[in-house]
Amino acid sequence: MSQTKTKDHAAMARAFIKDEERVDWHDGALWYIREKRDLAAKQIPEWEQLRETASMIKNNVISNLHDYLLQFEANLTKNGVVVHWADSAEEHNEIVYSILKAKEINQMVKSKSMLTEECHLNEYLEERGIEVINSDLGEYIQQIDQEPPSHIVLPCIHKRKEEIGELFHEHLGTEKGLSDPTLLTRVARKHLRNIFLTRRGALTGVNFAVAETGEYVVCTNEGNADMGAHLSEVQIASMGLEKIIPQKKHLGIFLRLLARSATGQPITIYSSHYKKPRKGQEMHLILVDAGRTRQLGRPDFRDSLKCIKCGGCMNTCPVYRKSGGLSYQNTISGPIGAILAPNLDMKKHADLPYASTLCGSCSNVCPVKINIHEQLYKWRQEIVKEGYAPTTKTLGMKTMAWTLSSPEKLSTAGKAGRWFLHNVPFVVNNKLNPWYRQRDMPEGPKESFAEWFTKNSVKK
Amino acid sequence: MTTREKILQATLNNQPAASALPDISVFKGEDKDLVQKYMTVFKTIGGNCFLVDDVAGIQSLITQNYDATRRIVTTVAELSDKFELISNEADPHSYENIEVAIIKAHFSVAENGAVWLTEEVMGQRIIPYICQHLAVIVQADTIVPTLHEAYEKIGAGEYGFGAFIGGPSKTADIEQALVLGAHGPLTMTVFIMK
Repeated sequence: MSQTKTKDHAAMARAFIKDEERVDWHDGALWYIREKRDLAAKQIPEWEQLRETASMIKNNVISNLHDYLLQFEANLTKNGVVVHWADSAEEHNEIVYSILKAKEINQMVKSKSMLTEECHLNEYLEERGIEVINSDLGEYIQQIDQEPPSHIVLPCIHKRKEEIGELFHEHLGTEKGLSDPTLLTRVARKHLRNIFLTRRGALTGVNFAVAETGEYVVCTNEGNADMGAHLSEVQIASMGLEKIIPQKKHLGIFLRLLARSATGQPITIYSSHYKKPRKGQEMHLILVDAGRTRQLGRPDFRDSLKCIKCGGCMNTCPVYRKSGGLSYQNTISGPIGAILAPNLDMKKHADLPYASTLCGSCSNVCPVKINIHEQLYKWRQEIVKEGYAPTTKTLGMKTMAWTLSSPEKLSTAGKAGRWFLHNVPFVVNNKLNPWYRQRDMPEGPKESFAEWFTKNSVKK
Repeated sequence: MTTREKILQATLNNQPAASALPDISVFKGEDKDLVQKYMTVFKTIGGNCFLVDDVAGIQSLITQNYDATRRIVTTVAELSDKFELISNEADPHSYENIEVAIIKAHFSVAENGAVWLTEEVMGQRIIPYICQHLAVIVQADTIVPTLHEAYEKIGAGEYGFGAFIGGPSKTADIEQALVLGAHGPLTMTVFIMK
């Protein structure tokens, strides 16, 4: 988490958009999911009321998290689950390692968990001789390509099937040139089935944790979390503190919203409710802070903790769709990632709140009504205040502030601007002006509105 | 201070003023044409659905639609003379080669096509995931409109493990192309008993 970036989001995005055909395809693939989300939402007349209710439940969770955590912990213990607390990514990784080591397990299968990606668990365990295999198909593909997921729901959405075919040829020995999605999926199914059957340790993420009962719900479409968990001797679940919901009946609200917002499905294929260990099995749950309590203490940003990780904001974001998830260089990319990341490391992720047009589409689709675009704007202010904004941006802002500070300065600057656009447009319309890279400068009007007004009001 | 105490203290210090829980009893689905609605939704999500009169009807549909020479298991007592009964004592790995699993759901949900299963009706937790084909029996009069009625029905629900399962396992991770049969069953069939 502490490694520095060599390129910012804009530079990474510049590389991504070089291949225009790919960008158009990526843009279209994500927009298609947004459209499916809209269709699904429209079938529920009370959709907006559901969003409002989900938001209120999450507000209650955030305001009462201390007590809910205690209640959840007590119920887990009563159910026979071993509870662990981790303050940081490092502590989380150490706990997983110690659980596996105590059982002499050196191979683990893992289902989708953004938290463990955020913690760099795989690398940590591999350095200590424990092999980890990601079992979600998209995450498996990303793992064999040694790339992080580019989307929280669709980890390899940026890859073409031919590229995946090439990876399978190299790692799973499929015929060269094979790129049919069904055939590739069958090959992965066979390979991973053998993994599930031979792994004694399994780790899953958590979608919802019910304080009232101590059970936790894991949602997948592939069935990979369950294949791993039910065949394991030791089952570990890692969750961020914010995944708590108060009562079981609240699952009705969240499960109605989650899959519809994510992919337009009426429900994920599997919504598994884990409560007690299987006979002869050990079950562990790790509650992870890793910056969450810090975010809880930031009044402007604590709402980000309401996120249920549907990915809806990514699918709708014009910047995400055209720059790709990897350009964010954070486990959680897109608009929600851009408001979560600065909390983890403001300096490193100072570029992310700028990766937005502030159009507000993200906030409009968010199932728990997080004011994402407003938080993006607020992070920009924080970043400038803390001195993390890039010089070109602060310089530009200062020039703008100076120009707007008096009518005379604005009038002079306007005249100069119009003169340049008319007489020597190449001074601004050139490659040195970053604004001009994907845009045309407007044709300057002959006079300003103030000049026109003075002239015309005199005539009367 | 332990990590636990540290986290709890930070949570207490940083959480905002209490905000009340909303009343969710206003959410109710329409109790009408539930069988029809269920069947339509379930077929849309890639499932197969049959209306049957009795267990004998299910038995004949199973033998017609699946390879009866392969291993077919069940937790339904009425089907035990024809198919292997699932043992909750066996090693879950021993079910690796099952072709079809036939189990009885507690109920299903019309709005999303999902059936509610607990480990008690699964026989073993792994069964509905590891089988190549999943067949589930639902009593027509147990179908509920939405998840709100579903959780009301589950209530406190004393189970070690339970799941909503809504269709065959699927993935669209490769170029958004829908593929049925990711890691779990390739197909899912629901028999609705009139």
